Amino acid sequence: MKISSLVWVKTILLTAVAAAISLAQIQNQPDDGQWTMPAKNYASTRFSTAGEINVSNVKNLKLAWTFSTGLTRGHEAAPLVVNNTMYVVTPWPNTLYALDLTKPGAPAKWAYQPNPVPAAQGVACCDVVNRGAFYYNGKIYYNTLDAQTVAVDAATGKEIWKTKLGDINQGETITMAPIVVKGKVLVGDSGGEFGVRGWLAGVDADTGKIAWRAYTTGPDKDVLIGPNFKPFYASERGADLGVKTWQGDQWKIGGGTAWSWISYDPELDLIYYGTSNPGPWNADMRPGDNKWACTIFARRPETGEAIWAYQIFPHDDHDYDAVNENILLDLTINGRLRKVLAHPDRDGRMYIMDRATGEVISAEAFAFQNTTEYVDLKTGRIKIVESKTTGFKTTRDICPAPPGGKDWQPSAFSPRTGLIYIPHNNLCYEIQGVQANYIAGTPYVGANVKMYAGPGGNRGEFTAWDPVNAKAVWKIKEELPVWSGAVVTAGDVVFYGTMDGWFKALDARNGTPLWQFKLGSGTVGQPVVYKGPDGKEYIAILSGVGGWSGAVVSGGLNPAADGTAALGFGNAMADLGKFTTKGGMLYAFALP
Amino acid sequence: MRSSAAIACCIFLVTSCQREKRDFRPAPSRVAVFGDAARESPLQPGGSQPAQVVSNPYDKSAYAISEGQRLFDWYNCSGCHAHGGGAIGPPLVKQDWVYGGQPENLFDTIVKGRPNGMPAWGGRIPEYQIWQIVAYVRSINHEEPVSATPARTDSIQPQPTLHSVVDGATK
Ligand code: HEC
Repeated sequence: MKISSLVWVKTILLTAVAAAISLAQIQNQPDDGQWTMPAKNYASTRFSTAGEINVSNVKNLKLAWTFSTGLTRGHEAAPLVVNNTMYVVTPWPNTLYALDLTKPGAPAKWAYQPNPVPAAQGVACCDVVNRGAFYYNGKIYYNTLDAQTVAVDAATGKEIWKTKLGDINQGETITMAPIVVKGKVLVGDSGGEFGVRGWLAGVDADTGKIAWRAYTTGPDKDVLIGPNFKPFYASERGADLGVKTWQGDQWKIGGGTAWSWISYDPELDLIYYGTSNPGPWNADMRPGDNKWACTIFARRPETGEAIWAYQIFPHDDHDYDAVNENILLDLTINGRLRKVLAHPDRDGRMYIMDRATGEVISAEAFAFQNTTEYVDLKTGRIKIVESKTTGFKTTRDICPAPPGGKDWQPSAFSPRTGLIYIPHNNLCYEIQGVQANYIAGTPYVGANVKMYAGPGGNRGEFTAWDPVNAKAVWKIKEELPVWSGAVVTAGDVVFYGTMDGWFKALDARNGTPLWQFKLGSGTVGQPVVYKGPDGKEYIAILSGVGGWSGAVVSGGLNPAADGTAALGFGNAMADLGKFTTKGGMLYAFALP
Repeated sequence: MRSSAAIACCIFLVTSCQREKRDFRPAPSRVAVFGDAARESPLQPGGSQPAQVVSNPYDKSAYAISEGQRLFDWYNCSGCHAHGGGAIGPPLVKQDWVYGGQPENLFDTIVKGRPNGMPAWGGRIPEYQIWQIVAYVRSINHEEPVSATPARTDSIQPQPTLHSVVDGATK
């Protein structure tokens, strides 16, 4: 483990200003010690104002209690804590457990079984994961692998409604955690590797009725683009770009799913989310910019109406989904107070964008990459490195690999340090494009891929990023991709876990390792912080290796026989079995 | 003289092909799917029972195995199983078959599908192609003669090194 402190002294001074303002944003949602949504707040900061556990005492952190899910696939969910109850959603079969925090050892009060069909497991591209639930008005909302959204009474575990949003026979599943805004449960589909037509839906929180659905591709009326659509860049303006940037009917099977995070700014009344890769992966099969895949959208939560859009990676040829989290911050950049969103993208760049207008303020690389030169801030267009493009050919030594400089694993932001803490990958790959054959309900990819570690040989990194100066402040190298989320507290401690099962606490200011604990299985989960009924601060995380990166172990794959296993991730993770075994378990830690 | 011999030969080939077609295409399929050939459990209550025997009509056929390799990609088997290493679905290069690794088991799996996400291909892929795919899946497990097995494409060779060779590339 090596820490390189790059520019960090200078940064503290500059970020101090930014920090004060960002805090105002976050204080819109006072921290009552609960954890009611995976990203902690609508701004998606994953910052807890709890300060009992701090840099000087975190070394004494002890295991408080555990809970086994009895499952062996990837556990990517964030547990929730509401009214002294912890809610845990498991991977398929998506059981919801309510654990009673007022009793010693937090025994289960009830379990709710949505019974998603087993066949859904066959159309989940990257393990049968679920990224968590959302608490709103006495109900727990979450999604099932077979593309349903459920509302469950948070007190009793009784199902209130269940709505089918997608069709597994078209390759649609749902793995994301919904968010609820102004009475609408916002849900997006997975299936970008199956030639589905991606969408985000608004479902009435009380009745389960679908209020609106915004498709990613197709004519403006389906994308919910109307007279109020005012994108910043000229390239995003024009009628029916969701049709015209494709050939023929390809947009109907063009991907662009919304399978990851959604943020919300109550003042601007805008939700923000990104869309996935276009399908198939073989980009020569779909000439054009392929809108609105790999795009960040700003929409109205009540109607879904699009207000602006920015396509990060037109004609994506590396599976660089734009689905990663958008952290909403108010920062002073070049002397101007800007309402920004910070988006660490799969392409390895951190996009700092004006979230009112969709203008890109900066887009510097936080991970090693050789596919792009820069983002032209005038046109918004990314400058591609020609020699790294893919299609009906073999291209080698492309960085980052399809899971990106960073995948879905969410970052955290501390208003105290002004830094964004990014758990991420350091992977490169080679690809051979082949003909993809569209058969509904089966993969639509057309690529043979093999990934491997990027420069330095470490497959993961944990980076503290200064969003004002667009620079890394410190970095920690990790042997394996860091596939867990991060959380940071007012005690200036930042937590994340590794795929070999180390749950770690670092000094958020400089990355000094302060504490670690070996979990039973590698973790790909999301750590959360809460105040227990005893008034103490707790940190909780699910272990249970899996997900795309961990499929080698959770799916029992055979990468030794075939480097293209798990869409090529098998090659990079062939040795994962030496580091960890599978098994889902929740761990809660506290000071003695 | 020569041409009449050729005609006779042709007639023989055609008739023999037809006869063979009738004999070995539908029959083993029926037994694999409806008969007791594709057993999934070695447990036999009350002692062992004789079972119907099925053999793949394309066993040891180089042409059929290479067709199977092509069809394995064409029907997107490779999308879910990669080139045998597994992805969404389990690896197909292995010893620990859940539903059996004999030709009749593989045929049965492909036709009927399996509950945890293996699609049912019966009615979608013609039976003779299913047998070709079966022969290919057997071949990647070295259950077919090497002489009949097509070369693996470069992309499925495991990468000997885990590390990048681009350390000098620009950031
Ligand atoms: C949409 C994804 C998908 C596609 C396409 C697919 N499979 Fe599968 N396959 C699966 C899954 C998931 C399983 C595991 C099912 C279970 O355990 O119930 C499976 C199981 C199998 C098995 C049984 C393995 C065992 O251990 O017994 C075989 C054999 C198989 N598939 C072959 C094929 C072939 C050949 C094709 C192409 C014709 C194919 N599959 C296409 C997903 C897929």
